[in-house]
Amino acid sequence: MLEIKNLNVHYGVIHALKDVSLTVNQGEIVTLIGANGAGKTTTLRTISGLQKATSGEIILEGKDITNVSASQRVEMKLSQVPEGRRIFPAMTIVENLELGAYLRRDKANIKKDMDNIFELFPILGERKKQLAGTLSGGEQQMLAMGRALMSRPKILLLDEPSMGLAPLLVREIFNIIVNINSTGTTILLVEQNAKMALSIAHRAYVLETGSIVMTGTGEELAKSDEIQKSYLGG
Amino acid sequence: MLTCFIATKGGATLDQFLQQIVNGVSLGSIYALVALGYTMVYGIIKLINFAHGDVYMVGAYVGFAVTTYLGLGFIPALIISMVTCAVLGMSIEKIAYKPLRNSTRIAVLITAIGVSLLLEYTMMYFVGPEVRSYPKLLSPKVFKFGNIIINMQQIYIVLTTIVLMIILQYVVNKTKVGKAMRAVSADKDAAQLMGIKVDNTISFTFAIGSALAGAGGVLVGIYYNSIDPLMGMMPGLKAFVAAVFGGIGSIPGAMIGGLSIGMLETLVSGYGNSMYRDAAVFAFLILILILKPSGLLGKNTKEKV
Ligand SMILES: Nc1ncnc2c1ncn2[C@@H]1O[C@H](COP(=O)(O)OP(=O)(O)OP(=O)(O)O)[C@@H](O)[C@H]1O
Ligand SMILES: [Mg+2]
Repeated sequence: MLEIKNLNVHYGVIHALKDVSLTVNQGEIVTLIGANGAGKTTTLRTISGLQKATSGEIILEGKDITNVSASQRVEMKLSQVPEGRRIFPAMTIVENLELGAYLRRDKANIKKDMDNIFELFPILGERKKQLAGTLSGGEQQMLAMGRALMSRPKILLLDEPSMGLAPLLVREIFNIIVNINSTGTTILLVEQNAKMALSIAHRAYVLETGSIVMTGTGEELAKSDEIQKSYLGG
Repeated sequence: MLTCFIATKGGATLDQFLQQIVNGVSLGSIYALVALGYTMVYGIIKLINFAHGDVYMVGAYVGFAVTTYLGLGFIPALIISMVTCAVLGMSIEKIAYKPLRNSTRIAVLITAIGVSLLLEYTMMYFVGPEVRSYPKLLSPKVFKFGNIIINMQQIYIVLTTIVLMIILQYVVNKTKVGKAMRAVSADKDAAQLMGIKVDNTISFTFAIGSALAGAGGVLVGIYYNSIDPLMGMMPGLKAFVAAVFGGIGSIPGAMIGGLSIGMLETLVSGYGNSMYRDAAVFAFLILILILKPSGLLGKNTKEKV
């Protein structure tokens, strides 16, 4: 579904990604874990086209999209929930969701999908006209996810969806991610909450200062000593 | 104090006051149209487009040309001027500002001043520096309400402004491209993740802002009857003050700001001395910047420069 080959990204002189390669297969949940500043966000931003790669290839469903614009990548059914949610604070919940469907023209289906989002996140359905900026952190995360789903993505990139949320809510968000995946959406999940991420992921990659240092199934990594020590606090 | 003054002086003074208000609303409408362009462009790329007043000047000349040489009427002149200015605004953005998208803000600001001078002196080269008078497009009829006089130009100015603002509100709030404009203004990265093309949206914003300035140029031509290549400087600055007063980035703010500055100016001329009216506007700007830098309807955010 998505394949990244030898990706390098620089910010000026900072070499943020060093020959990163990873694969996400159709139907999988793949997680990318790593410490602060490891380059997780940079990886996702480069995949979605917000950040230019210095070298390397990004291949989506067999097509090289390395030089395709960010908005065209959305058209190719790749969608991202950015770090920090980045909802449009001065717009209502409905307007935010409508923007998620910006490239679609099938009005009737958009309406149907919006109803589905409200089923997935009932709290959003109760506050359709509320300004997004006045929602709580958890609600904003749900809105950001709903907004990304409105483009009907085949692959969804999630950047730290659990950031700043209470444990109970984190569990709920992860359940919803599994739920979204079970309806056929492929997922690439970036997390600092390695324990939760590994528990739902089919496969995982570990990023350390810009390089992939380990990969395996979620279970394998959760058991590995090094991961236990560095990321699972045991 | 003003009301007490009016009450003691009786009816004649009240009439005089209302007359100033009528004049102020007419002038203020034109400022509001120009202020909208400043505020929309600032909202989307955080640039104070100093060339905006000159786009308004070009609009006035286009209106002058098509009415004088082609004998067109008010409405066609207005539309042609708006379209020409929209194309001009988009071209300025493409040629002068877009290559500087990732440069420092001061570099873009200096470029904007350069574009302003370029427009002024290019126009002067072609039409000469002299003042030209607009042909009479509207009937000289005036309407009298007691001692208050409202002329045809004022009615056209206010009606045109209202219609354009209604259309603008509709475009910004209800259409897809309007939603894209608001999304890009709020967060460019997030907008791209929705599939919005940021460059096209910025271009469209310049088109709309410039078209409104073009309309303002034609309206000022029929109101004051005289135009010249440097006519955009002072109204441009005042419209900028209006945008700051309303809260830069806010569309309703620019409308209210424009009307307020127009009123302030006519009241100062009417009751004080017309020599002070420009000074009053800029003194007002300084006051706003000290008392409420975010303006009436602006967001109270600290700007990272
Ligand atoms: N816009 C930028 N300009 C310069 N350096 C940057 C920029 N964005 C990120 N970096 C640097 O690149 C490296 C990777 O950052 P990135 O945001 O990808 O890390 P991350 O793994 O997402 O971290 P976190 O878990 O804290 O979100 C860091 O050293 C960071 O300082
Ligand atoms: Mg990050």
